[in-house]
Amino acid sequence: MEAVRIVQGRAVPLERNDVDTDQIIPSDWLKQVERTGFEKGLFSEWRDDPDFVMNKEEHAGAKVLLAGPNFGTGSSREHAVWAIMQYGFEAVISPRFGPIFANNSTKNGLVCVQIEQELGDKLMAAVQADPQLEIVIDVEKLRLEVPALDIDVAFAMDAQVQHRFLEGLDDIGLTMQQGDDISAFESSRPGYMPATSA
Amino acid sequence: MSTQPLTNTPRTLSQKVWDNHVVPSSTSDAADNGSALLYIDLHLVHEVTSPQAFEGLRMTGRTVRRPDLTVATEDHNVPTENQHLPIPDEIGRKQVDTLRSNTAEFGITNYPMGHKNQGIVHVIGPELGLTLPGMTVVCGDSHTSTHGAFGAIAFGIGTSEVEHVLATQTLPQLAQETMAITINGELPEGATAKDVVLAVLARTGTSGGIGAIAEYRGSVIESLSMEGRMTVCNMSIEWGAKAGLIAPDETTFEYLKGRQHAPQGEAWDEAVAAWRELKTDEGATFDREIIMDGSECVPHITWGTNPGQVAPIDSTVPNPADYDDAGEADACTRALEYMDLTPGMAMRDIVVDTVFIGSCTNSRIEDLRAAAAVAKGHKVKDGMRTLVVPGSGLVQEQAIAEGLDQIFIEAGFDWREPGCSMCLAMNADRLAPGERSASTSNRNFEGRQGRGGRTHLVSPEVAAATAILGHVATPGDLA
Repeated sequence: MEAVRIVQGRAVPLERNDVDTDQIIPSDWLKQVERTGFEKGLFSEWRDDPDFVMNKEEHAGAKVLLAGPNFGTGSSREHAVWAIMQYGFEAVISPRFGPIFANNSTKNGLVCVQIEQELGDKLMAAVQADPQLEIVIDVEKLRLEVPALDIDVAFAMDAQVQHRFLEGLDDIGLTMQQGDDISAFESSRPGYMPATSA
Repeated sequence: MSTQPLTNTPRTLSQKVWDNHVVPSSTSDAADNGSALLYIDLHLVHEVTSPQAFEGLRMTGRTVRRPDLTVATEDHNVPTENQHLPIPDEIGRKQVDTLRSNTAEFGITNYPMGHKNQGIVHVIGPELGLTLPGMTVVCGDSHTSTHGAFGAIAFGIGTSEVEHVLATQTLPQLAQETMAITINGELPEGATAKDVVLAVLARTGTSGGIGAIAEYRGSVIESLSMEGRMTVCNMSIEWGAKAGLIAPDETTFEYLKGRQHAPQGEAWDEAVAAWRELKTDEGATFDREIIMDGSECVPHITWGTNPGQVAPIDSTVPNPADYDDAGEADACTRALEYMDLTPGMAMRDIVVDTVFIGSCTNSRIEDLRAAAAVAKGHKVKDGMRTLVVPGSGLVQEQAIAEGLDQIFIEAGFDWREPGCSMCLAMNADRLAPGERSASTSNRNFEGRQGRGGRTHLVSPEVAAATAILGHVATPGDLA
């Protein structure tokens, strides 16, 4: 994945609770065997509606998706993360994330910023009032800043995940360095554990 | 969760399974944030979330470390009719073909359409005896939590993690909190395992379990069959838990004994002796606990567009004004609009046009027996579309041997071939806009069963009674 240190730009205010991954990318889009082209499937059930917030001209080119609580619940489909990133978002802000979605984000370099509900509500209203509002997400300092609103708060990220984000590191390569440890563990597994061979 | 177990310190079941799978690091610079490299005992693969993972292996020149701990099947987009013919949908067919070529290339066993071991990935693992107590099980599918019914730590992963497990047979995992869902007392008459987990969802909403591995315990859980326990654990992710599990007991051992991949002879005795230790120690504490009584687990139905929007069948559709939280009230309003329901109407007055009995939640032999027992001697309502989709080739075979298929067919149900089917509408089995189903599956999200479709989640018994009467009903409503 590519390194990400700072996300700076405008946001799309998606004022809905419980946006599950079936909404982010409906199952029709999961039949592809390639890893690209999912941006067309992002919120595809909603995008036919010209009033859907992402269709508004003033939000074109936004880098941040500002969502209500319980964003990304449901299905494990990583296609949801790919769709959001391939559309052009670099970060999602929400008071609460679905756990598998949040984890998938860490494998792709999509920054998930979890904030207090109260701050989420305030930010939602502010972005709706001023679509040009600039948001800064600093992955190095782990700060969310909105200068125009005097907001400057910390957000949490696992230290290893942060390290991989800043360096753009491949998770699998890191684990493979522990190949000898894995082999040692394997030799200690109980003999009754099954093999899948037919 | 400690990665360095202190002997004699009482531990919960999930802590024991976790500790047993931590790969010790020889470089000793392991993070002190509780994260661990977990060894994975069983990796289940299907056609939808794996193609990009295999492609990743090819691009980096990596191989599959343990094809013998990996098994694949075709389930998400297979048709449930005419499986002997090529899949009509070209894109779906390409995905299935890709799974076949990937598993052949990397030496992984795959059960294709038409094979008796083929089926929904979470149905075949347990029935083949591949899922055993104390294991770690992963799959690129959020309902992997199903396998927790055997006392395994089982959870859904994304495609990047599928690639990670293929390459290394391990996963780096952050520590999780421990949580107990204790359900005391006994189940009310007419209540099922599905109602147990829907009642849990009524308590927790969709996020009550975030950050935790949950252990279901108490007399109600102990009284459930393995099929029932799988139904409960299946929906753990719906209330946000990383995984849900149940301590193995005689019911578990009885289910597993003699299954194809389960240990045999002396190895069986050795395994059972080890499995008997897999329970939460006296004095161990959970980070969180929810205590419920079996009497809460009356037949339930979802009325909204997430599984937490659920209520007893004997109740009425809620009113947005009932909610204190503005966000929840707005979610209720939005859900009622999508579902075309009116606050205050009786759940039993909801009229459906489609009934789906199937999915990794409720497609096992016991589910089909329960639905058939309700259907026997009745006819489905005129104009009702029904699908009964067995979870696997083995379930299909068993159901036919017991004559369940004939009971369904005589009652007017459409008896199908195994697959995920209308649970997620990746094949031809789907709702049209505005159609409404009573479904034994696990998700009632907008469009989940087809664009514009409306889903009510229920037990197999309620689904069967609803198919007969045409409106939401329990078996007790049948004259």
